Amino acid sequence: MAEFIRFDRITKFYGSLCVVENLELDIAKGEFVSLLGPSGSGKTTLLMMLAGFEQPTSGDILLDGTAINAVPTHKRDMGVVFQNYALFPHMSVGENIAFPLQMRGMGRAEIAERVARALDMVQLSAFAERRPSQLSGGQQQRVALSRALVFEPRVVLMDEPLGALDKQLREQMQLDIRDLHRRLGLTIVFVTHDQSEALTMSDRVAVFNKGKIEQIGTPRQVYDEPATRFVAEFIGETNLVEGVVEAVQGEEASVRLTSGAHIVSAVSGTVATGQTVYLSIRPERVDLTEIRGGARNCLETEVTDSVYQGDHLRVQLHNAAHPLIAKLGRRSREFPPGTKVFAGFSASDCRVIAP
Amino acid sequence: MPMKLTKFAFASLAILFLVAPLIAILPLAFTSSVILTYPIPSWSLRWFEELFTADAWRRAIVNSLIIGSGTTLLATVLGVAASLGLRNRLIFFRGTMRTLFLLPMVVPAVVLGVGLQVLLAGFGLTNSYAGVIIAHTVVAVPFVVVSVTGALAGIDERVELAAQSLGASPTTVFRRVTLPLAMPGVLSGAVLAFATSLDEVVLTLFVAGPNQRTLARQMFSSLRENISPAIAAAAFLFIAMTLLIGLVVVLSRSFLAKRR
Repeated sequence: MAEFIRFDRITKFYGSLCVVENLELDIAKGEFVSLLGPSGSGKTTLLMMLAGFEQPTSGDILLDGTAINAVPTHKRDMGVVFQNYALFPHMSVGENIAFPLQMRGMGRAEIAERVARALDMVQLSAFAERRPSQLSGGQQQRVALSRALVFEPRVVLMDEPLGALDKQLREQMQLDIRDLHRRLGLTIVFVTHDQSEALTMSDRVAVFNKGKIEQIGTPRQVYDEPATRFVAEFIGETNLVEGVVEAVQGEEASVRLTSGAHIVSAVSGTVATGQTVYLSIRPERVDLTEIRGGARNCLETEVTDSVYQGDHLRVQLHNAAHPLIAKLGRRSREFPPGTKVFAGFSASDCRVIAP
Repeated sequence: MPMKLTKFAFASLAILFLVAPLIAILPLAFTSSVILTYPIPSWSLRWFEELFTADAWRRAIVNSLIIGSGTTLLATVLGVAASLGLRNRLIFFRGTMRTLFLLPMVVPAVVLGVGLQVLLAGFGLTNSYAGVIIAHTVVAVPFVVVSVTGALAGIDERVELAAQSLGASPTTVFRRVTLPLAMPGVLSGAVLAFATSLDEVVLTLFVAGPNQRTLARQMFSSLRENISPAIAAAAFLFIAMTLLIGLVVVLSRSFLAKRR
């Protein structure tokens, strides 16, 4: 994979506070990469450095092979979309979108044509004369988006652009942006703290924690094969169960839980026999049966609570040493509290994580 | 209900207290008598005539306009520049710097006057328009700084960052985004600067020569010489001018606001 954007050992200090630490990240042309993490994890700072609003304390940012540390923001040719849209309140929607084109010295006729096309793309042609304050949040977001795309920038940066929208609109915009990315072949770096947003839209997700990338991979990789405890807990919901490795065989490890039960689990990193580890088991991969089923792993448990949540049934279980949560599909039968059940899951639905 | 009534009565009294001096002086502008006292024998515009025909008064009005415009221009430019500088978070002792800019508001005018006279004499600027404009600018800048920093604080920094990312150089960002957005504050600051200059007496006493007598200064000295109703007419003119400027600002602000 030929890298288009490269963060080469980037470190950023604010005073004595280290917000990004010796970070390496490569992004390919046309790729959609999400920087996902809790607030204060350094993801936004990294984006601000790429845009040129902040300077790294050390390290280089390379674009297409050349370091751009010394290039000022207005010469970087990157479209930025902010969470609060950051539209120019004193200009009309049309003037907002024309702004980057005027900055590039384009002729009036061409600007008018391009603005019309950009407005058409986001279905806002009727609103060209309006002020941003006269538009709804979703419409403003679409204006901000087309303003950042109209000059065909080399990279599009988005800083939690959908954070202020309500859930339905947000999900629609996610699909719209994903569609734009595919149609126009854009390179997009997208900052979010919403894991489902990152999974929905991205080619790859970089999970940030405390100024470092904990894991980078496809949505499927970070969800199904979390490399660290942080990733497992931050993306989706998971059961973390402590145990000791008894044997490792190829891609699988046998782990003895504190309750004495044995679990066979998939391994992604390297673990040694005798090591204390965590097992990550996704709640929706757990099946409940009243008689011991055929699943590779089976834990004897008792139902402590069960909550109907529309699209799934959420069952809390207790087994001698640890609580467990299972999410069951809508066709599942009810499990009243006190029912003795077996919780079964395959080895590949379970992951060993070194603590 | 009695509470409401009390509030209303208090408000009326407070307003009356504030405008009573104006109410006292304004009718005297239209007296036909030669002395500045009540009762008014009959109504006349003779003192306005005097104002616009007597050489001393006419020159004073022109001087006030020249010095007022000069001060407004200089104070606005300096005040806007200072406010922009004070925005920079990296500046050392930002709070102290800001206080320094506001100092002329609280320092006794007499102290400033003496200091300015000594200073301007050193540059040979006493008894010149430039000297008076500089002196007035010193006391006018704080008003511009207060008003413009307030307006700048209301601008979302990310709007300016967005402009940069869209290809605008720092000067273009200022011209196309920052300045238009801060314009209401700049306008208010400019008007306050003009009003300050119009009203300024103490500094003018120290640094102005006989050729730079302003309207306020002329009123002040004619008070000592002979208390003629021309002073009341000048006061009327003063208030009319101030109200007019105030009106212009209010109108232009609402015009700017409507464009948002």
